[in-house]
Amino acid sequence: MSETPAELRYAATHEWAQLRDGVVTVGISDFAQDALGDVVYVELPELDQEVAAGAEIAVVESVKAASDIYAPVSGTVVAINDGLEDAPERVNQDPYGDGWFFKLEPLDSGELDNLMAADAYQDHCETGEARES
Amino acid sequence: MSERKTPLYGEHVGADARMAPFAGWAMPLHYGSQIAEHHAVRGAAGMFDVSHMTVIDVAGADALRLLRLTMANDPAKAVPGKAVYGVLLNADGGIIDDLIVYGRDAGYRAVVNASTRDKVLNWLRGRANAMDVEMRERTDIAMVAVQGPQARARFAAATGIDTDDLDSFSFLERDAWMVARTGYTGEDGVEVLLPAAEAVALWRRLKAAGVTPAGLAARDTLRLEAGLNLYGQDMGEHVTPLESNLAWTVAWAPEDRDFIGRATLARQRAEKPARVLRGVVLSAKGVMRHGYEVATNAGDGVVTSGVFSPTLGYSIALARLPRGAAGDCTVKIRAASVPARIVRPPFVRDGKRAFQ
Repeated sequence: MSETPAELRYAATHEWAQLRDGVVTVGISDFAQDALGDVVYVELPELDQEVAAGAEIAVVESVKAASDIYAPVSGTVVAINDGLEDAPERVNQDPYGDGWFFKLEPLDSGELDNLMAADAYQDHCETGEARES
Repeated sequence: MSERKTPLYGEHVGADARMAPFAGWAMPLHYGSQIAEHHAVRGAAGMFDVSHMTVIDVAGADALRLLRLTMANDPAKAVPGKAVYGVLLNADGGIIDDLIVYGRDAGYRAVVNASTRDKVLNWLRGRANAMDVEMRERTDIAMVAVQGPQARARFAAATGIDTDDLDSFSFLERDAWMVARTGYTGEDGVEVLLPAAEAVALWRRLKAAGVTPAGLAARDTLRLEAGLNLYGQDMGEHVTPLESNLAWTVAWAPEDRDFIGRATLARQRAEKPARVLRGVVLSAKGVMRHGYEVATNAGDGVVTSGVFSPTLGYSIALARLPRGAAGDCTVKIRAASVPARIVRPPFVRDGKRAFQ
């Protein structure tokens, strides 16, 4: 079974988001990395890029498939995980740690409430609404 | 909806494999990491459950006659102990399937794809009309491919069967086992056909001898690196072997062997096919995938199979391109035109880059 840390919030499209000190860190869930299989490239957004919640902002490519990453909340990109350039396998190995994708300064941190809590997300995964089969 | 299970299904599930439906079968996609499995095959030895493939025994006085009528390669080369790779064609030269035919004292054994089972059986039965041919599908046989530079040594350690004197595309028979020096990875190795009831014991002994279980996902990256076509993706009934990098599998001699599709193929050979299958290597980041457009010096083409090559560290593909396409090209990946280069497959041989 995949891990779903309780302190994170989750999007239906399998991104996780964590608000800390006014900045939202975003990655993909353990469930998503497992479904994708070995990740070989991550296309990250530009620094200072402004995005709306739900907009395509990054791409993750596994050996098997390419998958869009959507911004879980609206905001400005303030950091990207350069380390994924040379070590995309971190997305598989540590999806909630070293495998993070980017950080956003949210326009309205209240938007996080639109995301799912861990238990709701787990139900979402179990009902088979996976991004990948 | 219930999928067929191979005799090794329990082994896969017990090893926590991610299972996926494939041609009506529940098959292992990977056992954790398809890239690790890929490297295990290139570096030492891996094994694949390929029991989903269709095994058909063809016997009777007209067995060879039927195969010589339907195969573009000449099955007469499959004397006992030898195997021949080839394609079955329709009258238009389109590829019905690719297969390996093994010559035995008692007739021929054909191994065809799982996805084409019904079609091939119907086709062969239709052509065998009025011939003295007995065709029997062997659902009682399992098939395990052991591949990699250490494959034959570890297979020998596990089974006591020595294949040192076995040439490529040859096989030996030991009791009810058939051990063939064939495969779909570009590595040395064997494919073993054996009674289904003995498959689990072989699998466990191979595992104990250091052979890594590998799934269909690794099989796909390995075969593509080796420049080997996948039926239904790189070839099908809409294309001929000349358009599929398989001209070498067409036996034009003897000239009086009138195999199905020969006339159309001979015409295309004289006129030169408009499209050919070539390799493409990506020069930048990204992964080419089936259906992506390729822009070349000779016009547009399309990717038929594309993957990230674990051995090379970048994306490789087979693509159907206009004849004369060569040199630099671009591949449309989402919105971008990404620079790439046209090459002759294979991409990898003996674990190393094989193209110019």
